[in-house]
Amino acid sequence: MKSSLDLHFKTYALICVMVVFGPLGDVLLSKGMKGVGAVPSFHPADLERMFTAAFTSGAVWLGIGSLLAFFVAYTLVLSRADYSYVQPASAMAYGIVALLGYFVLGEAVTATRWIGVLVICLGVLFVGHTPPRTTESD
Amino acid sequence: MLREIILLLLIVVLGTGGELCLARAMRTIGQVHDFRPHSLLRVFWRALRVGWMWIALLMMTTAFFSLLAMLSLENVSFVVPVTALSYAAGALGGKIFLGERVAPLRWAGVFLVCIGVTLVWIGKG
Repeated sequence: MKSSLDLHFKTYALICVMVVFGPLGDVLLSKGMKGVGAVPSFHPADLERMFTAAFTSGAVWLGIGSLLAFFVAYTLVLSRADYSYVQPASAMAYGIVALLGYFVLGEAVTATRWIGVLVICLGVLFVGHTPPRTTESD
Repeated sequence: MLREIILLLLIVVLGTGGELCLARAMRTIGQVHDFRPHSLLRVFWRALRVGWMWIALLMMTTAFFSLLAMLSLENVSFVVPVTALSYAAGALGGKIFLGERVAPLRWAGVFLVCIGVTLVWIGKG
């Protein structure tokens, strides 16, 4: 009983790490890239200048660190829980990113965009409620 | 607008393609049962000798750089939701390249994601 509770606690803790660090990573990358400025063209020299500036930004590195934490938690969760059990957390992430963009970065989010984000979350939930494996095992 | 469309296509196509190559590489390596650090390191070294892994890394790295470029142009509340198009690319890629059967409910989900992405794009203002 104790080990089952322990397993549930660890799984929930890992899902919390996913839900927090995934969207946080995206928001930090966004903050860093806004500091770098818009890429003027796809000319190699412009791209090189932009990526050099990106990798000297602390926010971009914090974003990469957050996304790595998310990726490790995601991999560990998938080793102990079903994909369809984890999927709602992925669906929520789209909503959380929009909320963080609005409240933390002060982005203007139109009503149409909010509705679009909600429809995307619903669609991702639908995708997650189908069998994760349909081909024969090797 | 054209730059955003090109970057979104790179993120979705190369990100999904990279994941499909990664899945193929991991099938070559086999299931991982031991999560101790030295065992994971051994799996990591073995993975680096699989060609599909390098293709996956190349595609996913390009997708990540495209994401950075797109975030320099657009707000995160726009960029991340529209990358959900990966679910459509994943369903199509799984069906076409891996011969997976895609359940009707999953197609319904993909359809909803596409409607949502369209709304987010329209709501860009």
